Amino acid sequence: MTTPTRAPVPSFDDDDAAGGRKLCLICSKGSLDMAYPGLILANAALGEGIETHLFFTFWGFEIINKKTMGNLQFSPVGNPATHMPTAVSGLPGMQAMATRMMRAQIAGLDVPPVPEFLDMIKAAGGHLWACRMSADMMKLTQDDLYDGVEAIISATDFIELSAGAQTLFI
Amino acid sequence: MTLATIAGRPVHVNEEGFLTEFDEWDEALAAELATNIGIDLTDEHLQVLRFLRADYRAQGETPTLRRVSTVGGFDTKRLFVLFPKKPAKKMSYVAGVPKPVGCV
Repeated sequence: MTTPTRAPVPSFDDDDAAGGRKLCLICSKGSLDMAYPGLILANAALGEGIETHLFFTFWGFEIINKKTMGNLQFSPVGNPATHMPTAVSGLPGMQAMATRMMRAQIAGLDVPPVPEFLDMIKAAGGHLWACRMSADMMKLTQDDLYDGVEAIISATDFIELSAGAQTLFI
Repeated sequence: MTLATIAGRPVHVNEEGFLTEFDEWDEALAAELATNIGIDLTDEHLQVLRFLRADYRAQGETPTLRRVSTVGGFDTKRLFVLFPKKPAKKMSYVAGVPKPVGCV
């Protein structure tokens, strides 16, 4: 039998978390399958105590547009990873069916739908930003966007904001 | 897995210091584990820990932060206040269960 020693204490690297590791995720896609990578990484980073910002641009607006955020679609067209013959993937109703299946799979893993996911990210202290040019192009104002979006900001603002951050373009 | 002393009694822990034997935990031990990581254990913490342990016992795995919120009914913002910065890891350490493995 080993002699009991004092138990080790996990460090949890709190100093690292406080010491300024920062993550910026640029969300530029508006399909159901491409909305999730950013949301999942943001949530994971927040759970590790990392300052996290999401910047939504172009099609990424679908994720924060109140009208579309709950109804993102997945299309098998042009996606060889679905292993579906091209001629079949474009048939009427195929997108709806593929979207339904993917939603069910996501829910089956207890991963929340997009609006609820954003609520979770906000509750965990995440920051959401919308791109000025995209808003202008789509003629959207802050009122059209998810309430947790802090502001519509310019590309320059984002560059300033992301100083020193690890930045991912999705 | 080694035998170590926490709160004056021998318990089994892994190399990081997480308890490896579910039944070696009790609330007195939790207070000591919490102190180790700078948390002053309150009844509100204990409610979360009790859920974590009950869910672990029922499901065989540590609930993720989302599950603590959706199934346990605890507010996510509050969890970040109670177990600052890394709530999922810290609450599992104090509850004497493994770190959660789920992504969300």
